[in-house]
Amino acid sequence: MSDEHQRSRRKLDSAEPSSEKTAKIVKESRIPIQSDLDIVEARQQGRTMASQLGFTSSELTLVATAISELARNIVAYASRGEIALKLVNHSEKKGIVVIASDEGPGIRDVSLALQDGYSTSRSLGMGLPGVRRLMDEFEIETTLGQGTKVTVKKWTNG
Amino acid sequence: MQVPILKQGLFLIATIQSALSDADLLQLRDAIVEQVGKRRSRGVIIDVTALDVMDSFATRTLRDISQMIRLRGAETVIVGIQPEVALALVQLGLNLADVDTALDLEEGLAFLGQKIKSFDHKAPNAGREMGTRER
Repeated sequence: MSDEHQRSRRKLDSAEPSSEKTAKIVKESRIPIQSDLDIVEARQQGRTMASQLGFTSSELTLVATAISELARNIVAYASRGEIALKLVNHSEKKGIVVIASDEGPGIRDVSLALQDGYSTSRSLGMGLPGVRRLMDEFEIETTLGQGTKVTVKKWTNG
Repeated sequence: MQVPILKQGLFLIATIQSALSDADLLQLRDAIVEQVGKRRSRGVIIDVTALDVMDSFATRTLRDISQMIRLRGAETVIVGIQPEVALALVQLGLNLADVDTALDLEEGLAFLGQKIKSFDHKAPNAGREMGTRER
């Protein structure tokens, strides 16, 4: 387990993926998000990390786009937060886990936010249904007044 | 990262050369809208071949540019959207339907030329001194 970009900003979730049976994390990175420049940084790091695993270039673009949208939500709705990137390199499962967390206002109506059309309107939508389609797994935890954590995963087909 | 905007005859060509932040995109928008008046351009080509990610903000800004340019009396065409980017846009559910696109710079130039020709054809006496070779 290598930890090049560990920054001691604040503890992320305590559920370390290393406890998931034999899943081996080969690399991880945490990017503080608070401006539009961080959005670019996060998606570029995500693409670079994921490219080590044998994703197709289309899949890399989907991953980078999803990271961009998640980071954008943090800037737009919570002002600041963090994108954590983790590679899972297991013999039968390889992929990237992206965790976007913030301590913002939370989402009042999650099911509404996950509805298509709601978020793809002309206005600034959260784009969550779109992010869901770009990735293989999607999970959201949110508490009003405390923050939001979106976890998405993309697995390689190989 | 500033995007160079070159004049090519009646058209402006903005070639994006690297990843752009939101601020860069807004700067590009303002620069194009201003240049179109300054250079009296009839069309704008935005080449996004080098963009590896187009997210909701980039898409919205390109749409805004296209609409603003139309309000200024010119046309815009986006060229060079990569196959992977196209896939991501579709899956995200982002809509560029009201924006003209073309495969590459060459097609974009041909598209704008055609569009302006048909416009001038419809209004040959509208005081346009350029692009009215056919009468």
